[in-house]
Amino acid sequence: MSAASTGRTESTLGWTREGIAERVAQDIPNGSYVNLGIGIPELVARYVPAGRTLVYHTENGLLGMGPSPAAGQGDPELINAGKRRVSMMPGAAFFDQATSFAMIRGGHLDLSVLGALQVAANGDLANWSTGADDAIPAVGGAMDLVAGVKRVFVMTTHVTKEGAPKLVERCTYPLTGRGVVTRVYSDLAVIDVTPKGFKLVELAPGVAFDFVQERTGAPILRPTPRTGA
Amino acid sequence: MIDKRVASAREAVADVRDGATVMIGGFGEAGSPIELIHALIDQGAKGLTVISNNTGTGLVGLAALLRAGRVRKVICSFPRTAGSTVFPDLYRAGKVELELVPQGTLAERIRAGGAGIAAFYTPTAAGTPLADGKETRAFDGREHVLEHGLRADFTLIKGRVADTHGNVLFHRTARNFAPMMATAAAVTIVQAAEVVQAGTLDPECVVTQGIFVDRVVHVPSPALESALNEAGASYP
Repeated sequence: MSAASTGRTESTLGWTREGIAERVAQDIPNGSYVNLGIGIPELVARYVPAGRTLVYHTENGLLGMGPSPAAGQGDPELINAGKRRVSMMPGAAFFDQATSFAMIRGGHLDLSVLGALQVAANGDLANWSTGADDAIPAVGGAMDLVAGVKRVFVMTTHVTKEGAPKLVERCTYPLTGRGVVTRVYSDLAVIDVTPKGFKLVELAPGVAFDFVQERTGAPILRPTPRTGA
Repeated sequence: MIDKRVASAREAVADVRDGATVMIGGFGEAGSPIELIHALIDQGAKGLTVISNNTGTGLVGLAALLRAGRVRKVICSFPRTAGSTVFPDLYRAGKVELELVPQGTLAERIRAGGAGIAAFYTPTAAGTPLADGKETRAFDGREHVLEHGLRADFTLIKGRVADTHGNVLFHRTARNFAPMMATAAAVTIVQAAEVVQAGTLDPECVVTQGIFVDRVVHVPSPALESALNEAGASYP
């Protein structure tokens, strides 16, 4: 219960779900065009540092998406990709699906923040299906986003509810895309995907490198500028 | 004189044949042409192939068409929205076929079909199970997947305003797939909350041009899936 509901690997260590969102938000430059995946990645919008303006894209056809209105308010035909009612900011624009995915596939979006089932050391991402026999397969825009957006950040717990690593040598779940992940933000660390594999950027407060490595299914390189992080 | 208005949703869908391919606009409930779908249920055509992003929620609209047993195959990107039980049950029982397509590829396949493009290469889904069995080719060292354009016998969409020539404006994120679907069917049917005479709309603002539209039905107060579901409605 604690791991699932708080988004933390262990109840006393690392970033909360909100803490991860806040950490992601610090790395998004002013003026970026950003697509936040459905669910936990949506939290990032709450933590954008003062003085920065981001333009949010929702693939069902809106640039300049604003916060959701109070329950029961809003327009049922002004929704986000998660089919929740949203608002629009000054400068917003509507468009059809072909145009929306031209923005995505054509490399016009600066950043996408997505959830993950697994991320591999070579940047492969699995986030749409566990491949279970009784599952109803559904993909939405995930494969288009990872194929086209300039940078793909993954926001995830470091391990599954059962304690299995989500950062792995090779994905075992069906892929969303090959070699597409730029950086992973977990409750324990910020980790880049490099040509040599995972590389530590930053540890969450109070978390030791070995603790993260033990919970990761592939080697993590230590950051270049300093040792013994 | 051109006047594409027809008297009712029932009249608009009267010639849909068994086995037809039907594109249905909407992303979730936004843009779902519920009155046209319900007219299609009443009309009775069966063995349909439906191309739509989702599969409907509750027991109304697209979900009701599926529940009535009229759909042989669904081509869509996301068939299991919250509140969607009809499609999952039919799929697990082997009573409906599913062709799962990434959302952007679905949009582009429809756009291509309507634009006279037989097929195109896209990087989306390369190296994933959704590219299995498809022709691939490398461009600039990157693998791309060959995807075919989609066409249909009928398209059903919802607009906010249409004129008598079939020019259409949409409402916010209800636009979604409608403009491409309008181009890709032999017969495109629009239900619009407001219908005006040609010459009323600002030509600079027309989103779907009348050349793509065959029939316009005035549906002054279109139902919304969520409101019908909250009221516990089912169709028929």
